[in-house]
Amino acid sequence: MDPPSSLKLLGSWADSHTHRVQLALKLKGLGFEYQEEDVINPSPALLLHNPVYKKVPVLLHNDRPVVESVVILQYIDETWADNPIMPADPFDRALARFWCHFAEDKLAPAVGAVFSSSGEGQKAAVDQVHDNLKLLERELRDGEFKGKRFFGGDKIGLLDIVLGCGSYWLAVFEEVMEVKLVDPGTFPAFHAWLKDFEEQNEVKETIPAIDKLLEYARGIRQMMLSLSNGTSTTAPATAGTTSAINVTVDGSSG
Amino acid sequence: MASAAGEVRLIGAWPSPFVLRPRVALNLKGVEYEFLQEKFGEKSELLLRSNPVYKKIPVLLHHDKPVCESMIIVEYVDEVWATTGQAILPADPYERALHRFWAVYVDDKWFPSMFGIAKAETEEAKAESAEQAWAGLKLLEEAFEKLSKGKTFFGGDTIGYVDIALGAYLGWAKVIEQMTGLKLLDEEKTPLLAVWAERFCAHEAVKEVMPETEKLMEFAKMRLGK
Repeated sequence: MDPPSSLKLLGSWADSHTHRVQLALKLKGLGFEYQEEDVINPSPALLLHNPVYKKVPVLLHNDRPVVESVVILQYIDETWADNPIMPADPFDRALARFWCHFAEDKLAPAVGAVFSSSGEGQKAAVDQVHDNLKLLERELRDGEFKGKRFFGGDKIGLLDIVLGCGSYWLAVFEEVMEVKLVDPGTFPAFHAWLKDFEEQNEVKETIPAIDKLLEYARGIRQMMLSLSNGTSTTAPATAGTTSAINVTVDGSSG
Repeated sequence: MASAAGEVRLIGAWPSPFVLRPRVALNLKGVEYEFLQEKFGEKSELLLRSNPVYKKIPVLLHHDKPVCESMIIVEYVDEVWATTGQAILPADPYERALHRFWAVYVDDKWFPSMFGIAKAETEEAKAESAEQAWAGLKLLEEAFEKLSKGKTFFGGDTIGYVDIALGAYLGWAKVIEQMTGLKLLDEEKTPLLAVWAERFCAHEAVKEVMPETEKLMEFAKMRLGK
């Protein structure tokens, strides 16, 4: 096992993409140094190592940067072979990658839209989330993942990490926005999977406490509402809010 | 390597850059496949059944099991036929991470700017998109220098993952150049990429499946006319 100093993670405590990498490193039993980044004021290190996107997470391995969370996860899996995150079979791997793409391309933006909208717009966003969850529910119940405890099988894998680190926001937004996103009656398989995922030790060690997330989300929501009420329209605040929202759900760089 | 009839099928359409990607990958591996051309304006039952989430091409059917999303298909082909043809992704994990990163960049950032040129309704908007596209190509030029290590392709001596990701857009890039008079792959701005583009399009695995510019132009006009 590499000494901790060879691995350094630039991340943000409320960023689901950072959590993905932290969880993967934990699952692999890899020690690492962590540097908290202020998304509004990226550090020189962040700008140096991710000049294209200037965002977290960035994994430095022997000072070489790896960027984009799903790319990082696969890098970790390919560099340290124990406790594999990716399935062995090429078709299962393609499937995991496909649903990761779906999570980033469809689900995350829909969840983000719930948070950043209100009224009719929010209703539409909630419907989108439900449509997307239905697709996942179907895969879990009758599709390729039928009968499995996790998307990765008996153990957490790539898709569990990608979907799971982000899905905790569903409960947070349900409370802050007072909407129902994951009704156990409508999405029993997804709900069961999420609860199981959240009970895993490594996940409990990675995801911040719900009250911290609630406080964070409420703070951003307040800021957004006050901006839309016209009390403050300074550009930095808007950029900060957008960054903050992006950090939470859509993830920063990806 | 011949495949049993029906074993490998690709649902696609000849003008699509996304469809081009798995075709190049399959050609690189010498895998025979049946190409199922979709009719324009209507989606086949097979497509809708095989890709219910996005209902889009390309879809690879291998022993009737569907694989969707162009670069995911490319990686699948590379893994299934790992022992034949050339490796599409390099062996080293860090190099793989670089290839994957730039492929994501091409789709997430560069393609929208190129497409923006085509969609632009004002000269200003067009110029702005062009600036973004050129800036992106400068980054890709640097990436090329780093990944190619002085060789012909991003993948080195052979076509690799980023070559396929970016190269797939070259047909449409030429159409946009002709339609707008703007030079996207400019020898002065990005000399390495300008040479790379020619080599990519001339490659055995690419030249039969890269649509001819005139045909694409006709197709574009027809679609715009609708």
